[in-house]
Amino acid sequence: MDAASSSTANDMMVMDYGDEPHVLAVDDNLIDRKLIEKLLKNFSCRVTTAENGLRALEYLGLGDDQQTTHKASVSKVNLIITDYCMPGMTGYELLKKVKQSSILKEVPVVIMSSENIPTRINKCLEEGAQMFMLKPLKQSDVKKLRCYLKHRS
Amino acid sequence: MDVGQLQRQFTDYTASLFREGFLDDQFTQLQKLQDENNPDFVFEVVSLFFDDSEKLVNNMAKALEQQTVEFKQVDAHVHQFKGSSSSVGAHRVKNVCVTFRNFCEQQNIEGCKRCLQQLRHEYSLLKSKLETLFRLEQQIIAAGGSIPMVE
Repeated sequence: MDAASSSTANDMMVMDYGDEPHVLAVDDNLIDRKLIEKLLKNFSCRVTTAENGLRALEYLGLGDDQQTTHKASVSKVNLIITDYCMPGMTGYELLKKVKQSSILKEVPVVIMSSENIPTRINKCLEEGAQMFMLKPLKQSDVKKLRCYLKHRS
Repeated sequence: MDVGQLQRQFTDYTASLFREGFLDDQFTQLQKLQDENNPDFVFEVVSLFFDDSEKLVNNMAKALEQQTVEFKQVDAHVHQFKGSSSSVGAHRVKNVCVTFRNFCEQQNIEGCKRCLQQLRHEYSLLKSKLETLFRLEQQIIAAGGSIPMVE
């Protein structure tokens, strides 16, 4: 495992990777996390994974106990890709929280789901999701994300 | 057996797994992701899948043994299993999960129990077949050959 370019949301060490786009991938399924991580790394992304919405929010600095001590003025990540169906907080709920944040609302959010439900898709797009992708993800899907993977300025 | 023979065996065996529906295109996608940086990627993902599967199947079994079966709980486990099997290209396993979810929705305990048995069967079958495939790979590498590329 290449520990230099991936981390979990529990890893609070911030390392400077220069121009690599940084993606936060959120999914409660271990196999899916491994898959999305490899797919993204193959496109030269730095990847952080989180197993649920709460951990994702904590990593982004939007956790409950972080609201008042939030110091960052710029997002840690260039893209958030999240599963829709997760226990606790759904990907949709995570999307809403991200869009409500003054710092993170510009970060593109992509929702993934194994179920092709038009009302679900529309709901997410209306809430500001950039894209909705059907699982299982493939290389051709991640290629579509390249326009969102702008280099860090 | 020489490298050429081993490689042909590998190719033929892989083709049969696809033909018989054990694997689908998503498995090919996994193979495409394997590279020099991650030469054991497929093996790692598949191993994770089988470990995870054990747990999920046991959880399903326990949930179905309860006095009052919580179908939502069973369904949650099946949903997870459907997700992972779909992501690794475990085609037949995934299909059983689809049927299983329908029975959960109908709260049909007999249907669920049948599906659980089928799941155990399909996933053991797949496990032994993939173990054979990985053994073939190791034999090829040990003989100094390279694994035939997909497609």
